[in-house]
Amino acid sequence: MASSSLTPMEDAIRSKLTAALAPTTLEIWNDSHKHSHHKAMEGVTSKETHFRLVITSATFASKPQLARHRVVNSLLKEELEREGGIHALQLRTLTPEEEERLMKRAKELESQGEESK
Amino acid sequence: MASLFRSPVFRQTTARVLRTSSQPLQRLQFQQIRRLSDETRKTIDGVLQTAPVVLFMKGTPEMPQCGFSRASVQILGLQGVDPTKFAAVNVLENDEVRQGIKEYSNWPTIPQLYVNKEFIGGCDILVSMHQSGELAELLEKEQVLAPPEETPEGGEKA
Repeated sequence: MASSSLTPMEDAIRSKLTAALAPTTLEIWNDSHKHSHHKAMEGVTSKETHFRLVITSATFASKPQLARHRVVNSLLKEELEREGGIHALQLRTLTPEEEERLMKRAKELESQGEESK
Repeated sequence: MASLFRSPVFRQTTARVLRTSSQPLQRLQFQQIRRLSDETRKTIDGVLQTAPVVLFMKGTPEMPQCGFSRASVQILGLQGVDPTKFAAVNVLENDEVRQGIKEYSNWPTIPQLYVNKEFIGGCDILVSMHQSGELAELLEKEQVLAPPEETPEGGEKA
């Protein structure tokens, strides 16, 4: 059945990761346009080849980064292996606690910046 | 940035790479491998013997053909990896290795870093380990960093 979506790959990523990881944050950035002139992309018509994901999920707790990335890679195995599928995948994998810490830190830096003005 | 990059390191590295990795691999160049065969596994085992630190990348350290490979090389340079303990393998020159390495490590993308035959990760992992200090710790522990440079003594001999 042909999909009418303009972003079938992004849709597949979203539905698979949502189902398996119940992420509290899931950002999907399609960077393909930045790479469309690359030699490796010659003859590739897909507009969905390069993705950057930010995933926050409690399922990552007590797993090192390598293991977290392996989980995501295996969930997207078919999309990564398929001809004309995902060519490059950047991952940022966090637990809710790590995300909270990062946000807090970012806010602190921001307010420090304001103070020094 | 440029001074930290320590270009002599990368010139040496490239020279070493050309010596160590391209020649033994060329024999197998025309084989098309879908699944990791014993032969491919042996080839990759052999490549991992060539140096304690091995980076599978697209292009060469001097002429990376992909931004993620470039970033990985830069990180290893910033960390001060000893060029005599480093080999880079250009997977674009060898399709057997290009496909095989993905099965070998069960990792779908390139670049891939190995230290003492152990798979460490791809570019994102390297960046995050670089930032957290874990990478420095690992490279130190595995004894693959360049010895500290001796400060040149001032003055001339009489």
